[in-house]
Amino acid sequence: MTKYRINKTRFVDQTKTVSFTFDGKKYHGFEGDTLASALLSNGIHLVGRSFKYHRPRGIMSCGSEEPNAICQINDNTDLTEPNVRATEIELYEGLKASSQNCWPSLNFDIGGINNLISPFIPAGFYYKTFMWPKSFWKKIYEPLIRLSAGLGKSPTQPDPDIYDHKHEHCDVLVIGGGISGIVSAKIAAKNNLKTILIEDKNILGGSTIYQNNKNFIIDNQKSNEWLMNEISELEKLDNLIIKTRTSLAAFHSYNYLLAKENISDHLPLDKKNGSIRQRLWKIRADKVIVAAGAIERPLIFNNNDRPGIILANSVKKYLDFYGVSTGLNNIIFTNNDSAYETAVSLFEKGISVKIVDIRKKSSSNIVKNAEDLGIKIYWNSTVVNTFGYKKIKSIEIMNLSEDGSNVTGNKHKIQCDCLSISGGWTPMVHMHTQSGGKLDFREIDQVFVPTEKSENHINVGSCNGDFELEEIVKNTNNKVKKFLNINEGSFDKISVVCSKESEKKNIWLLPNTISESKTKSFIDFQNDSTAKDIKLALREGFKSIEHVKRYTTTGMATDQGKLSNMHALGIIADTAGVKMGTLGTTTFRPPFTPLTFGAIVGRSVGKFFDIVRKTSIHEWHVQNNAKFENVGQWKRPWYYPINNENLHEAVQRESKAARDSAGILDASTLGKIDIQGSDASEFLNRVYTNAWSKLGIGKCRYGLMLNEDGMVYDDGVTTRLGENHYLMTTTTGGAANVLSKLEDYLQTEWPELDVYLTSVTDHYSTASICGPNSKKILKKLFPNKDFSDEAFPHMSYQDAIIDKIECRIMRISFTGELSYEINVESKYGKSLWENCIAAGEEYKITPYGTETMHLLRAEKGFIIVGQDTDGTMTPIDLQMDWIVSKKKYDFIGKRSLYRSDTMREDRKQLVGLLTDDPNEILEEGAQIVSELDKKPVEMIGHVTSSYFSPNLNKSIALAVVKGGKKMNGQKLIVPMENKNINVTVSDFIFLDKENKRINA
Amino acid sequence: MFVINCPYCGERDQSEFSCGGEAHIVRPKQPTELSDDEWAEYLFMRKNIKGVQFERWNHAHGCRKWFNMVRDTSNDKIHAVYKMGEKPPVI
Ligand SMILES: [Zn+2]
Repeated sequence: MTKYRINKTRFVDQTKTVSFTFDGKKYHGFEGDTLASALLSNGIHLVGRSFKYHRPRGIMSCGSEEPNAICQINDNTDLTEPNVRATEIELYEGLKASSQNCWPSLNFDIGGINNLISPFIPAGFYYKTFMWPKSFWKKIYEPLIRLSAGLGKSPTQPDPDIYDHKHEHCDVLVIGGGISGIVSAKIAAKNNLKTILIEDKNILGGSTIYQNNKNFIIDNQKSNEWLMNEISELEKLDNLIIKTRTSLAAFHSYNYLLAKENISDHLPLDKKNGSIRQRLWKIRADKVIVAAGAIERPLIFNNNDRPGIILANSVKKYLDFYGVSTGLNNIIFTNNDSAYETAVSLFEKGISVKIVDIRKKSSSNIVKNAEDLGIKIYWNSTVVNTFGYKKIKSIEIMNLSEDGSNVTGNKHKIQCDCLSISGGWTPMVHMHTQSGGKLDFREIDQVFVPTEKSENHINVGSCNGDFELEEIVKNTNNKVKKFLNINEGSFDKISVVCSKESEKKNIWLLPNTISESKTKSFIDFQNDSTAKDIKLALREGFKSIEHVKRYTTTGMATDQGKLSNMHALGIIADTAGVKMGTLGTTTFRPPFTPLTFGAIVGRSVGKFFDIVRKTSIHEWHVQNNAKFENVGQWKRPWYYPINNENLHEAVQRESKAARDSAGILDASTLGKIDIQGSDASEFLNRVYTNAWSKLGIGKCRYGLMLNEDGMVYDDGVTTRLGENHYLMTTTTGGAANVLSKLEDYLQTEWPELDVYLTSVTDHYSTASICGPNSKKILKKLFPNKDFSDEAFPHMSYQDAIIDKIECRIMRISFTGELSYEINVESKYGKSLWENCIAAGEEYKITPYGTETMHLLRAEKGFIIVGQDTDGTMTPIDLQMDWIVSKKKYDFIGKRSLYRSDTMREDRKQLVGLLTDDPNEILEEGAQIVSELDKKPVEMIGHVTSSYFSPNLNKSIALAVVKGGKKMNGQKLIVPMENKNINVTVSDFIFLDKENKRINA
Repeated sequence: MFVINCPYCGERDQSEFSCGGEAHIVRPKQPTELSDDEWAEYLFMRKNIKGVQFERWNHAHGCRKWFNMVRDTSNDKIHAVYKMGEKPPVI
């Protein structure tokens, strides 16, 4: 045993030694220790430096509220993890931890110089100092701030650990495994309700499990002994699931809760391998019982942040749970009775202890107990200063004035090596408020307690403001019975004897003799904000608690102000002279404790991050060296490089081949909607801008779909397969949205129409063959079919058979070339494709990708919805007046085409652009101007599509330009970073305006 | 994350649904007869109430049916769910 491991307990197995390193040095602890208790057992208090002033800081608590002891785990590896609380890490063999925020080392820290110049770093320092001169930002301020900002180091490699998500449903969820949670879970489970009890520690029992004081008796046993028996009873209940090492992260509406379970973090390194690290539980509970407990408050006085200053109940837990003494010469500084339990425990272990109490007296049993033992108590006193740089050595105390607003008398110095502080208790109302619950302020002990209104959740125990043991057990029993509609509880006849606190006193900021500006009374220990920062913010005019919080950064560190928020509120209320209850609180946002990104994403990483859609021809593209691009979730061939061609070279070759002989494109990804029903024609009339009633069976027609605001939404070719049967195609990216929109109109606006929609996008594969030789290739594929223009004209479709496989052949063109699209059931897609390639071999049929497709259609002036349009383009803006029916009474978006705004002549309109230098290719998205001299330069449009056309041997571009319709031939300028490019507005159809090639 | 009682499927998690905004805005039968202002009223003007609001919802990852829902936006309490075409309840 080390000097500080003075007690044997049932929670730490002192026969099982565990070795670990801290800042590179090897230490030993035992199974059952946390990193914090193991460090303390080795006499180590100093574990980090504070964020702003780099002051030495020590372990201050024993739980998730810990502001100081945040560590880097597995330092110097790619998998390092920052900001882990030493009070929450269970010790395992091989654990490597190090302190953060210290350079060059924990014991000698250069940033500590900030501590000496600290009068110059008040609240808002960064806002005030780094404002000007502006030129200092990039070179001086930003690198400086980046260097000193942030806590710890991020890992440099992807996280190799496995994380998991799981859904769970239950009748009752109990949050917190302390005494009130245990009482609640037993009542629920015994009454046949499927109950889950979650607890963030590795064992149940909360703070009662180490409450061995004789003043706290349940059913004639010490409360810890009684609880131990209850826990073993609990473990026998069938319909109770107990989840330890599981912390509640969020409590959303409708009792939807997220909880994170640590599965392998506590295991030795060699046993972690391959195991899931953490699991995020998504729980939907019928009823929720919050038994989250309370957190002990610190006291705010000058130099209250030295290593060795620890919350009083944490001192008790280190002693009675871990068997570790946090010092051998202890002083307790308190405003309440609970710290006396710590004093008695320390005394009973033979540790020297004195008490400083701001109250004038207290007559409770526990105080009497301490007095009887002969423990020295300084009543009506406060600590005014502390000494010791890396560890507390002594304190100075003074008497309080009658009203507590000042100090009187002489300073009295007392030696110590540990100062245990207690400012009372703060109920953990985080869960309650996250779920939408409200709070009331209770004046007597200055706490916010839940306002109970919800039918679906209650708060019990100290998170509900019940602090006395008798209250906790009896109120919990009664409340849970009522909440769950149970007549007989398991604890109806229980007897509880406990010490009860009668004298209460609280001073948020303790008085001092020296002026406030010369004190360092820390409120937020992690972000280094002090009482004077808050007062400065108030003097500077900040009033709202939310603003003061952001200006001073109080409560904004990784601990989210679990220890600091109440004091900040209290000091604001005192200074501003208002009642605390009227101030409100800051918002308690989830997660309660930080979550790893791994737990949030679960298994949705790597190839499971998003769905990948591949056509049935995909394998062929891969084998033929295709480069792919993502179009929505689809992988589409982008281009097929041969012999190290780059994108430009491949596209030039592919597009020339498509116009000179034959090209083939995998068009399977286009959205396809099967439309049937006796009103199908009328339906199309209403959703497209053009007329559909007279389209013959077997014919195809291009359609443009608008939003109700008149803007182009989607386009595609629709084929009439039968009297009441159409096949609509949509853009690849728009398929799902178009289907939803059509369903919406059918269900809500036009339920009288007899129309049925089915998405068939994945059902068919499509090979699109274009070019002057395409007809010859089709003839080879379908020798019995007549492909003459009379028998099979442009914009028509026919059924055909290839190798016993039924196909639909559409003669439609997106390139301006003679072109056929062959559709087969998806499972035959690849074989169809291979047949086409074989038949086209003698014509050097060339597979082309989306980039060539875009170039070919741009040569023809065909728009791509989403590239040449952006939700602000009407068909009139696109110079597509021809497709807007004047005769139809109505269609989606029609009325909007006659709004004053859509009829403006100076709207951006689609034009062609030709660069004066035909080899100059414009950048898509580039801005267009007409005059450079007039400042500010007016942007009159932008480039939407731009390519070098190998078929025209010059650069071509599509653009939208204000009033562009009337600007043909006009000179414009495209200003780029290093040059201005001169362009001329042209017709946007660059090739074959007479449509000769379609029937070539 | 609410639980929504789809009138066709029963109770399902909110993640299966999508919200389609304010309910009971009927597309005018004769849009061409409307003034710009009247058309703009239909096209653009939507309420954004803190409190009880009538909304359209779609069971997008379920039966794909549209229906109406009465929800208090201040506390997400759902007061009623009813099919398209049915009379809105009095809340
Ligand atoms: Zn449904």
